Amino acid sequence: MSSSQSHRLAAGGLIDRTAPLTFRFDGKSLSGFKGDTLASALVANGVKLVGRSFKYHRPRGILTAGSEEPNALVELRSGARREPNTRATTTELYDGLEAASQNRWPSLAFDVMSVNQLFAPIFVAGFYYKTFMWPAKFWEAVYEPAIRRAAGLGRAANIADPDHYDKAWAHCDVVIAGSGPAGLAAALAAGRSGARVILCEEDFAPGGRLLADGGTIEGLPAAEWLSRTLAELGAMPDVRIMTRTTLFGVYDGGTYGAIERVNDHVPSPPEHEVRQRLWRIVAKRCVVAAGSIERPIVFAGNDTPGVMMASAMRTYVKRYAATPAKRVALFTNNEDGWRTVEAALAAGLQIAAVIDARPDVSPAHRSLASKNGFTVLHGAVSGVDGGKDGVRKISVSLTGGARAEVEADGLAVSGGWNPTVGLTSYHRGRPKWRDDIAAFVPDGAPPGMVAAGAANGAFGLGACLREGFEAGAAAARDAGRGRGVGSLPVADDEAFALTPLWHVSGKGKAFVDQQHDVTASDVELAQREGFQSVEHLKRYTTLGMATDQGKTSNVAGLAIMAAVTGKSIPETGTTIYRPPYVPVAIGAFAGHHRDETFHATRLTPSHHWAAEQGAVFVDTGLWKRAQWYPRAGEKDWLESVTREVKAVRGGVGFCDVSTLGKIDVHGPDAGAFLDRVYINTFSNLAVGKARYGLMLREDGIVYDDGTTSRLAEDHYFLTTTTAKAGPVMQHLEFCRQVLFPKLDVQLTSVSDQWAQFSIAGPKTRDLLKELVDPAEDLSNEGFPFMGAREVRLRGGIKARLFRISFSGEMAFEISVPARHGEAMARNLMIAGKPFGVTPYGTEALGVMRIEKGHIAGPELSGTTTAADLGLGKMMSTKKDFIGRVMAGREALVAADRQVVVGIKPTDKTRRLRSGAHIIPKGEIPGPDNDQGYVTSVCFSPTLEQWIGLALVERGRERIGEIVHAHDPIRGEDYDVELCNPVFYDPDGGRQRG
Amino acid sequence: MRITCPFCGERELGEFTYLGDAKPQRPAADAGEDAVYDYVYLRDNIAGVMDENWYHGGGCRSWLKVTRNTLTHEISSVEPAAGAGARQVAK
Repeated sequence: MSSSQSHRLAAGGLIDRTAPLTFRFDGKSLSGFKGDTLASALVANGVKLVGRSFKYHRPRGILTAGSEEPNALVELRSGARREPNTRATTTELYDGLEAASQNRWPSLAFDVMSVNQLFAPIFVAGFYYKTFMWPAKFWEAVYEPAIRRAAGLGRAANIADPDHYDKAWAHCDVVIAGSGPAGLAAALAAGRSGARVILCEEDFAPGGRLLADGGTIEGLPAAEWLSRTLAELGAMPDVRIMTRTTLFGVYDGGTYGAIERVNDHVPSPPEHEVRQRLWRIVAKRCVVAAGSIERPIVFAGNDTPGVMMASAMRTYVKRYAATPAKRVALFTNNEDGWRTVEAALAAGLQIAAVIDARPDVSPAHRSLASKNGFTVLHGAVSGVDGGKDGVRKISVSLTGGARAEVEADGLAVSGGWNPTVGLTSYHRGRPKWRDDIAAFVPDGAPPGMVAAGAANGAFGLGACLREGFEAGAAAARDAGRGRGVGSLPVADDEAFALTPLWHVSGKGKAFVDQQHDVTASDVELAQREGFQSVEHLKRYTTLGMATDQGKTSNVAGLAIMAAVTGKSIPETGTTIYRPPYVPVAIGAFAGHHRDETFHATRLTPSHHWAAEQGAVFVDTGLWKRAQWYPRAGEKDWLESVTREVKAVRGGVGFCDVSTLGKIDVHGPDAGAFLDRVYINTFSNLAVGKARYGLMLREDGIVYDDGTTSRLAEDHYFLTTTTAKAGPVMQHLEFCRQVLFPKLDVQLTSVSDQWAQFSIAGPKTRDLLKELVDPAEDLSNEGFPFMGAREVRLRGGIKARLFRISFSGEMAFEISVPARHGEAMARNLMIAGKPFGVTPYGTEALGVMRIEKGHIAGPELSGTTTAADLGLGKMMSTKKDFIGRVMAGREALVAADRQVVVGIKPTDKTRRLRSGAHIIPKGEIPGPDNDQGYVTSVCFSPTLEQWIGLALVERGRERIGEIVHAHDPIRGEDYDVELCNPVFYDPDGGRQRG
Repeated sequence: MRITCPFCGERELGEFTYLGDAKPQRPAADAGEDAVYDYVYLRDNIAGVMDENWYHGGGCRSWLKVTRNTLTHEISSVEPAAGAGARQVAK
C-alpha cells in the first residue's frame, strides 16, 4: 500500500474498504478504494491542487463532484489510450489508474506559464481580436502557435485509438434520464404500469443525491429504500437500468442519444469487449430526472483550491468518507447549503464560520451554531487568501459595511440550484425563469418529454418522488400501458429559502467560467464594448464554450450581464442549448466504421478465385474489382494490361462484370415503361434480342447507359453502370410508382443474384462450346450479334447469354446464378486452356472500350447530352421520355457544345493524361480559349501508342485538326490531333463475326 | 427522425432517401417547354408543412408522400405513391 489516505474518515461512506486500489497522479503513487472516483481518491489523499487554468495558469482544485466539473480535468491513461480533459469527478477509480494534470510545465506545483497572470490585462475578453489583429499573416505563423502553447487543455493521443466502440439501438416505452429519487419513482410507476423502461444513470451507482444526502422515504433510511426500490425494479423484466450511461441528446421522433462507458472503469477493455457504446434509444416518452446543479457565487479568489461547491463537499464527506478540509467555512445564500454544515459536523470536522447572505437565519441553525461553537456572519465572501496549497483565510464583507476575516482551509459555497435544462432545451425550447427559486426551469420540451423533480425546479425530496412518480405513471399511460401503479413513495420536503446573490465585488479576479478563465470583469467589459446579447457575450468572452459547456457558469454570467445592463435575468435570457450534454468521443460516433470497416466491402462472385490468381484489386464504390492480373516477370501494370488486351484481341479472355446493376422488368407494360425511361425505343425490341439504351435525367442531361434484353414478351433484363446501380433502381421505381403508376410493370433488383462475365475475343465461341449444352446453337446465325436468351450449360445450370460487346471483339456476356460465379471463373480457365484463355481486369476493359470509342464514367459526367456523346440520333421523336423536352433547350443543342472526339498525340511516343485542357493551336492557354478537356486516355496495344477521348467544342467538325493539350497541373504541353473516337475496327466487323 | 412506412411500419431515417417537393406533377407530353421547366426547376422549399417524396430504399422500395413540418420535423401523414405496393387489380 502506498501513501496513507490522510483525509479519509475511519468509517462510513459507500466505498469498499476491503478493495483497496493503487493509482498514480502525476507519477506519485496513491491509494483509494473501490467505489471512489479519481476526485474522491485525490481528496482522500489530501491533494488539493489538480490542474492549472486555461489562460492564466492559475492553480485549481476540485470544484464539484459531478459531470459539471470545470477544473479537475486530467489526462487519463497513457500512450495510444491517453485521453485529455477527462473529469476526475466522473472517473471511476480502478487499480493501476494513471492520471496527469494538464496545462502546466514543468510541473503542477511550479508552472512557469503562471507568469501569464502578470500579463492578465492582455488576456481580457476579446483579447484574440484586439491584440493579434495585425499583420494578418502573423496570426497563423506566430500568434496562434504561441497562444496555443501558453493556453490550453490536455493533449490528445497522436496514435490511433486501439479500442473498439460500438453502436446499438434500443426501443422502449419510457426512457428516464437520471436515477435519483425522481428517476427511480418514475421508473417504479412506469414499470409497475407494465411499460418497457430504460433508466439511464451517468454514475456507476444508481441513487443520485440519495447517495450523498440520504433522507427518509416511506419511513425508511434512504439507503434502505434505495436498495428495496432497485430490487423491485430489478425484478421487472421490462425495466432496464443502465449505469455509466449518460443520455446526452434528443433527436426527432423520440430518438435519444446515450453514451455507455462500458469499460472506462478498467485500464483497458477485456478482449472482444468495447470501450464505449453509443446508444440510439427510441422511446415513446421521456422523463428527464437529471436533477440540478449547484451554482457558485462569483467572488474574488473563488477559484482557489479548497473552494468547493457545498453539495460537492458533503458528497465527498458522506458518500466517499473523504474530507476536503479540516476546518470548513460555508458561504451560502440558501437553506440547502446548511446541510453541508450538518454533514461536516457529523464527520467530526470543524466549522470555522457560516457566511449567510440572507438577512435571517432560522433559530434551529442559530442554535446549531452556538452548540458547536461557530459564528454565523451576515454578509458575503469578498476575497480568499490562499494559493496552490489551498485556502488560508477568507475575507467577509458584513452586511452593514464592516469586514471580518475567517481562518479556514476549506470554503463550501452554495448559490442555489440550477435545474438541468439541457435535454429539455435541445429543440430550441427556452427555459423559463422562476422567481421563487431564482432559477430557469424547463419550458418548451420536445414532444413526449417531461421534466420531473429537481430538473423541474422541485428540489424537496418529497416533491422529487411525487413529480417523478406522476411523470412515470403518465408516460406509461401515454405509451398505452395501464396496469396499476401502486402507491407513491412519500417523504418530507426540506426547506429551500433562497435570497439570490450572484456576484460579490471585491479586489482580485472573480471567476465566472473557471474552465475558460472568464471573470466577472470580462462580462462587464463585454457589456461596455457592446456585446450585451447573451449569444454575443458567449462568443466574445468564450463564457460557457469550454468542455463543460458552462454548466456551473452560464447562469451566473448572464445574471452579471443582467445586473450591468439593468435588465432582469429573464429579459437577458439564455443562450441556445445544444447537445451533447457531456463530451462524447468521436470514436463512439464512428463506432465500427473505421479503417477497413469504414464502409461495407462488396466482393464480386469470382473475387476469391481472382485473389488466388494474384489479381491487383481496385476500389470502385464499395466494390473490389480485379484491375489486372500481373504475371511473373512483368515489370509494371502497363505490361500486364497490354498483354491482357492482346490476348483478348488475338484469342480469348474473360472479365467479371457482375458489378453492373441488373434489373428484371416484368409485366405487360414493361416495354411501354422502358420507352418512357430510355431515349430510344424498347417496346419494338424482338424477344431474344438486346439493345443499347441511354437514359436522361429530366433536365435533359445523360443519366446512365447499358444494354437491355428482351427475354420474353413481358420480361426485360436491364443493366446499368456499376456506379449507378442503386440510383437507377431508385429512379426507375420513382418513374414506376410516382410518374407512371398506371403502367402494369414490376421491377426487381437482381444485381446480387447473377454473376456476369464478359467473354471476348475471336476464340470466344470455341470456349463457350465447351461450357454450354451442345444442343444450344451458338453459330452466327443461331445466336447473332445482339442476341440474348436463356441457355442451359453442360450439367444443367440455367444461364443467360447475351451477345454484346464492350471490347469490340466477338464477345458474349454470360450470367449464372451468383453462387456459381466462382465455379464459372474456374471452369472458364479449365475449358479455355487449349485456347490460351486470359483473365483480364478493369484496366484492359477500359483500354478496349477507349479503342472502340465507347463512352463510360468520365464521359457520362453529368454535364453531357446524348448529342455530346455522339448518340443524339438515338433520341426518338415518336414518343415522350424522361428528359425529352429539357434536352431540346437552346444551350443543350448549341452548335458549339463540347462533344466526344478521339485524340492522338502528334508525337507518337508521347504519353497522354486525362484532365489536360484543349486549346486552339498557337494560342496562349487561358479561360477564354479553353475548348474542352481530355476525359479518358490509355496506351493502345493495338495502335502501339497513347490514345484518348476528349470533350472538345465542335469536335466532330474538326476531325484532323491539330490542337494544343495544356496540362498546368503536371506542367505538360503538347499537340494532339482530333480524330474519330472509334480507333479500332470502325465498321464493327469483328463484333459481328 | 422516424417515418412510419405504410408497408413496413415505423422505421428510422437512415432507411429513407429524400427527394423533395411532391407537389409538382409531371406535365403531359405536349405541355411545352415552359411547363416542363417549371416542373423540373421551380420547387417549393417551405418553412413549415410541405408534401415531400421519400424513398424507402432500405426497406420495401416504396416511394412515399410524406407530409412534414420542415421547422419541427413533425410528420403528419405518410401515404404510398400511387404505384407503390401491390398492383391494383382494377386499373
